Parts: sequence; C-alpha cells; structure tokens
Amino acid sequence: MTSLLHLLFAPGFLASPPVRLALLTGGVAAFVSGAVGAFTVLRGQSYAGHALADLSVTGGSGSYLIGISPLLGFAGTGVLAAGVMDMIGIRRPRGRDLATGIVRGAGLGLAALFLFWDTTHTNTSGVAVTILFGSMFTISPAVIPLVVGCGLVALAIVAVLYRPLLLSSVSADLAAARGIPVRAVGLLCLIAIALAVSLSALTIGTILSTALLVGPAATALRITDRPGRATVTAALLGVAVTWLGIVLAYDSFTWPPRHDGWPVSFFVVALILVGYLLAQLVGRRRPVRRVES
Amino acid sequence: MFAPFMINAWIVATMVAVVAGVVGFFVVMRGSAFVADAVPQGAFAGAAGASLIGVSTLVGLSVFALAGALGIGLLGRRGRHDVATALTLVLMLGLGALFLSFTTQYSSEIFALLFGEILGISSSEILPIAVLGLVCIAAIIVMYRPLLLSSLAPESGEARGVRAARMELLFLIVVAIATSMTLPVVGALLIFSLMIGPPAAARSLTGSPLRAMALSVVIAVALAWVAIAASYETDWPVGFFVGVGGAVCYAGGRGWAAWSAARLPPAGSSPPVAPVAPAAPAAPVAPVGS
Repeated sequence: MTSLLHLLFAPGFLASPPVRLALLTGGVAAFVSGAVGAFTVLRGQSYAGHALADLSVTGGSGSYLIGISPLLGFAGTGVLAAGVMDMIGIRRPRGRDLATGIVRGAGLGLAALFLFWDTTHTNTSGVAVTILFGSMFTISPAVIPLVVGCGLVALAIVAVLYRPLLLSSVSADLAAARGIPVRAVGLLCLIAIALAVSLSALTIGTILSTALLVGPAATALRITDRPGRATVTAALLGVAVTWLGIVLAYDSFTWPPRHDGWPVSFFVVALILVGYLLAQLVGRRRPVRRVES
Repeated sequence: MFAPFMINAWIVATMVAVVAGVVGFFVVMRGSAFVADAVPQGAFAGAAGASLIGVSTLVGLSVFALAGALGIGLLGRRGRHDVATALTLVLMLGLGALFLSFTTQYSSEIFALLFGEILGISSSEILPIAVLGLVCIAAIIVMYRPLLLSSLAPESGEARGVRAARMELLFLIVVAIATSMTLPVVGALLIFSLMIGPPAAARSLTGSPLRAMALSVVIAVALAWVAIAASYETDWPVGFFVGVGGAVCYAGGRGWAAWSAARLPPAGSSPPVAPVAPAAPAAPVAPVGS
C-alpha cells in the first residue's frame, strides 16, 4: 500500500513549499471557476469566458510593465473588459458574440504591444510563456490574500445573486417581468466570470483558464440537471482535477523526454476532458433535460 | 519599406487579407465568432507540434485546424455548441502547452506564432499559402448560395434541401484552411480581428451581401497594409495594429449605422467622416518608399 502511495505521490510531495502553495492557489482558483462556470455554461457564455481569459493577457503583460502583481492586472482588465462588453453588447446572441470578439481582438492587440515592450524594455523574456501557460509552481506566497479575496468576491456574487441569476439565465423575459434588473445581473455575472478567470490565469495560464471555467461545469451539468447541485459538483470536480493534475505534474519530473516535468496545465485539461467524456457516456443512458438558450 | 525582404510580407498579407475578408463575411453572417476564434488559436498547438517532430509549420497548422474544425462540428451536434467549441479548443491548447514544454524553443518564436511576424516569410512559403487561399475562395464561390441561405434562414434552407449541419461542417473546414494560411502572418490570437472587424464594418455600411463582401475585402486589405506599414515604421508587433484596427473598423461601422439611422432619409450623400479609419498612427498606405 505504501509503495503504491509512493508511486502516486512522489517522496517529498507534500513537504515541498511550492507544491503546498500550488495546491492552495490552484484549489481556490478551481473551486471558484467551477462554481462560476456552472452559470457561464447555463447562460451560454462560454465565449465571453474565453474572451475574458484572453483579455487578461493584456492585464498580465501590462502589470509586468508597471511592476504590480499580475493578479491585479488580470482582474483589473477582466472587470474593465466585462464592462465594455456589456456596454457595446447587443442583446441578441449573435451580436453578443461579435461584440465579445471585437473587444477581445482589441485587447489582444494591446497585449501584443505590452509583451513586446516587456521583452524589449524591461528585459523580462519568458513573460509571454509565464502569462499564457501559467506558473503554478512559482507563485509568490505574497499573492495568497489577493487570491482568496478575489475568490470570495466572485463566490459572493454568485451566492447573493443565485436566484435572480438563475431565473434570468433560463428566461430573461420572465426575469424582467418579475422586476429583476436583468442587465445589472448580467454585468455582475460577467464580473464574477472575469474574477474567476483571473485566478485560473495565475495558476494554469490565461490560455487554458477557459478549461477550468467550462470543463467541470459542463461535466457537472451532464451528471445532474439541478443548478444548485451542478454548481457544487462543478466546484468540487474542478478542485479534484486541479489537485490530481498537480500530483501528476510533480510525478512527471522523471518522465521523458526532458526530465523537466510536463506542464500542469496539460494534465488539468486532459483530466477535464476525460471527465467530460465519461459523464457524456454515463449521461447518455438517461434523458437529460437541457435549458437551451 | 519595400526592400526585397519586405516584398514577401506585402504579397502574403494581401492574399491573407482577401481570404480573411471573404471568409470573415460568412463568419459574421453566421454569428460563428467563437468558432472562428477557436480554430486558429487551437491550430497554434499544431505549429508547436510540427516544430517538435520537424515537419513544416504549415502542415502542423493545417492538421490541427482541420482536426479542430471537425471536432467542433461533430461534438457540437449533441450538447451545447459553445461548450463543444470551448472543450475542443482547450484540448488543442493543452496539447500545445505539452509540445512547447518538450522543445527548447526560444520564446520569441512562440511570440511570433501567437502575435504574428511579417518578416519571417520566405519565398518558398508563398506558393502553398496562395494555393490554400485559392482553395478557400473557390470553396466559398461554389457554396455561395446554399451557404448564404443556411446562414440567413436555416429553416427555409432545410426546406430547399440545404442540410444546415453539413453546411456548418463544410464552412468550418473552409475556416480551418483559411486559418492555416493566415496564422503565420497575423498570429494565432489576432487572425480573428482581421476576419471579423472588416466584415462587421462592411455589413453596417451596406445591405447587399455581394457588395458587403467586396467592401469587407477592401477594408481587410487596407487594414493589413496599414498594419504592415505601421509595424515597419514603429517596429511594434503587427498584431497590435491589426487588433486595434479591427476594433476601430467595427466601431466606425457601428457609428456610421447609428448616424445614418438617426438621419431620416436613410440613404444619402457621402459621409463627412470616413467610416473606416484604422487607428494606425500616421502610416501611409500609398506606396511611399522608405
């Protein structure tokens, strides 16, 4: 038994400070992303989530330029972009996707410029890779309060707005008839998504934070149709895949071809997809009620 | 600016812009912004994989773009379309992260793939890019009517025997091909701006599909040229100018539409402000040698 445990958890796994830190921040990020992600999927806003993730590249690269914590950059641009998307967004889904894409394109253009300046002026090469693919094992401990704070704000938004958010996701007209400020609720939901995505961006990278946002939530919504249960399931699934991903990444330091470790992000994404496909197989046996947008 | 090493950039950028203008028109018509965004970004992983096993970048891009398009098309048939797109995208990006960790590539190459690099185009790359571009244009010409019908009115398209699902898959394949040729120039993250900004602007300027498509090509070519010229002058990444310029095109189109809707006679004299003015700082499009 111990030898089996040793095979899975390489010696020194839990004793290593970077690993403990990664488990903590990764867990918080995954939990928040999963919970917020359930609403992202229910509202059909995967694209907005993905665009917000890409946009946090802008904030991340800008933060290196002016020397603040990347998380502040991620979250700041995320919330700003959520506001802009809401401002120019049209209510119809098609127009919404277009507006989302345009904001994303402009933001990424700026990101290209910031990254260029990062590499030419501040001599921080490799910033692009850190921002895009995350830096789970090199997170500074000073960032923990900020991580927890952002996570709590996002969770608070979802918890406080749970019912109006759900109703306006299922039927915007019905929600409006009941006196729910649909637009404000939508904006707050986007802000929660932006915060969740910034947390994941810090851990598994901006490019892959869509995975933590959409993957566990889509899996959970395959397993159960109840929104409340799906939210909790998605959050727990997210934490599970992230922790397992960290374990595997730690093990992979002895794997070929470079004996330098495989990226955590890869394991997390692979596990998420395995989970989704398994849930799809299980879910096919019984009819799934879908809340179609 | 027109030194020999820049000529390839001008030729390729023009071809890329024409294809992006044509394909992008349908992307906007069909509202498939997410797909048009996901396929190039996922294809980026293919480029990383290609450099790992030592084949041409274009091959890696094409394989991943096609695989991504097929994955989105097939997964999207059951379940939510946007979720299928997101999951296919992250799968490809996850593989990309893995491939990148295997190579000891310089991060500048990754940067070029993501954000575009106009100086890296060799003469031997022009022919394959031109062939892929012609395939795209030919496919759009052949599919023009059914594609338009299934984009505008899927139900009546079905009634006339145009299968919406098959049309979607074919269109995704065209997007994939367009992606593979465009990516090395503009970069994975910003092709999308070239594909969506100009057509969105063109659509708010005119209602006729053919005229909108032609206008979208013109705007896309202008945008690409301005971006290259500005990038050459300032040494800033070309992606910056394409991304911001695309957004300016869109804003110009929206502004023009709002302005002409506010005037009571909807059609009329020439606008006092040019509706499309890419934000590139003072870079002449006219061939002024440097």
